[in-house]
Amino acid sequence: MNSLDFSVVLQAWPYLWSGLLFSLALTAVAFVVGLVLGTCLALVQHFELPVLGRLVRGYVALMRSIPLILVLFWFFFLVPIVISHLGGGGRPVPIGATWTAFITFGLFEAAYYSEIIRVGLRAVNRGQFEACQALALSTFDTYRSVILPQVLRVASPIILSQTIILFQDTSLVYVLSLTDLLGAASKLAQLNGRLVEMYLVIAVVYLAISSAASQCVAFLRKRYAIAGMRR
Amino acid sequence: MFAVLLEQTADGQRYIDWLVSGLGWTLALAFFGWWIAFAVGVVVGIGRTVQNRAVAALARLYVEIFRNIPVLVQMFLWYFVLPEILPVALGNAIKQIPPPWGSFFPALVCLGLYTAARIAEQVRAGIEALPKGQVEAASALGLSGYLTYRHVIVPQALRLIIPSLTSEVMGIYKNTSVALTIGLMELTAQARQISEATFQTFTAFGAATLVYLALALIAYQGMALIDRAVRIPGTGRGEDAIEPAATHAIQPIDSLPDAMEVVK
Repeated sequence: MNSLDFSVVLQAWPYLWSGLLFSLALTAVAFVVGLVLGTCLALVQHFELPVLGRLVRGYVALMRSIPLILVLFWFFFLVPIVISHLGGGGRPVPIGATWTAFITFGLFEAAYYSEIIRVGLRAVNRGQFEACQALALSTFDTYRSVILPQVLRVASPIILSQTIILFQDTSLVYVLSLTDLLGAASKLAQLNGRLVEMYLVIAVVYLAISSAASQCVAFLRKRYAIAGMRR
Repeated sequence: MFAVLLEQTADGQRYIDWLVSGLGWTLALAFFGWWIAFAVGVVVGIGRTVQNRAVAALARLYVEIFRNIPVLVQMFLWYFVLPEILPVALGNAIKQIPPPWGSFFPALVCLGLYTAARIAEQVRAGIEALPKGQVEAASALGLSGYLTYRHVIVPQALRLIIPSLTSEVMGIYKNTSVALTIGLMELTAQARQISEATFQTFTAFGAATLVYLALALIAYQGMALIDRAVRIPGTGRGEDAIEPAATHAIQPIDSLPDAMEVVK
């Protein structure tokens, strides 16, 4: 083989950087959408709403049972159809791989975050609910001001760990030929034939970001544990 | 709806045969990958808990590297990069492995070693969850370090972590789909191929989804069965299903059920 030549990576850096920004944007959007929607899904299950509760449980179980790549294929096929139906019929609207990726990751991650929040809700001390009742708080206020803040705080290390996994999973948009960090590297590697250098460098980038983030989570976990909770 | 699966393909088979062959590769990858992952994971997990600093650091390095690089990138490293950085003769020999096996072996190594890092963390958590008295009792009985691990610590730790290993089992069979990126025709790849050949996307993906759901159910029930068979009496999490009206402290997150440590 030829000797390694990392100068090609340096030349390619602007393109790789834009790929990395896309990966980070996808992670951020999926985090926000997933967490908000996931909290709603968890509350629906928590309140044991008659039909909706079962539907949500089925949705979460389904998402957790099939590979993310298959989910991406599903959404790439389904979302245009659903949108055309919502838009009053007609033919499917092709929305492109980028939108598919954002929608898929948001909805997919919602299932995982909802599981985390649901278990967190179950772990809240019953006395908290009773105290809210004694203070005559409405159900909305109870959850908004008392229960959910505690759940989010207790579950935050796991939510953040899940987000690191999410960041790594964004590399799977490769199957939709998108230009995330991995997609950028593989497109360049096909052009200049330097795939060894390309893949090694992005492996190091992923490694650096994920492990730095894990260290932060470990630190936050120590720093912000709720006092008096067994850790 | 699924009638199209019984139609003839261009190569004289039926579409359902494609699915079955894909399922075969998925299962082979998950099954053999699991044993690699389990063997390596237990060794590395033990390594993280031993006194020897060098061994512990190496084990930690292993976990950090394999857990923090996306599995798809690792797949490319094994498939594209490894043959290039090995000595030329060996690299060429690897590249000449015939088609399905040329993708299968890198995928197997990749999934095995990736999942091993996750199992190692579970094993370490299991070992650390054991009461100190176990080790002290073992040393009072004059057991050596090796015998303590072999007969006292590891057997108990493994029994403790079976519920959390369930999510690793689910993780490895789902991650087999990543092997389609290096050309292995496993279940998801076959579903996509059927969809492209017949334009019956709904049927093709629907069939694959049902198969994955069945696998998830089997994996879950199988692990529950094993857990019930070997659970250490008194440590069961079975009570968790009942509303914990009597427990008054918020449970620590680490004791939350296996749903928490999520894998895709």
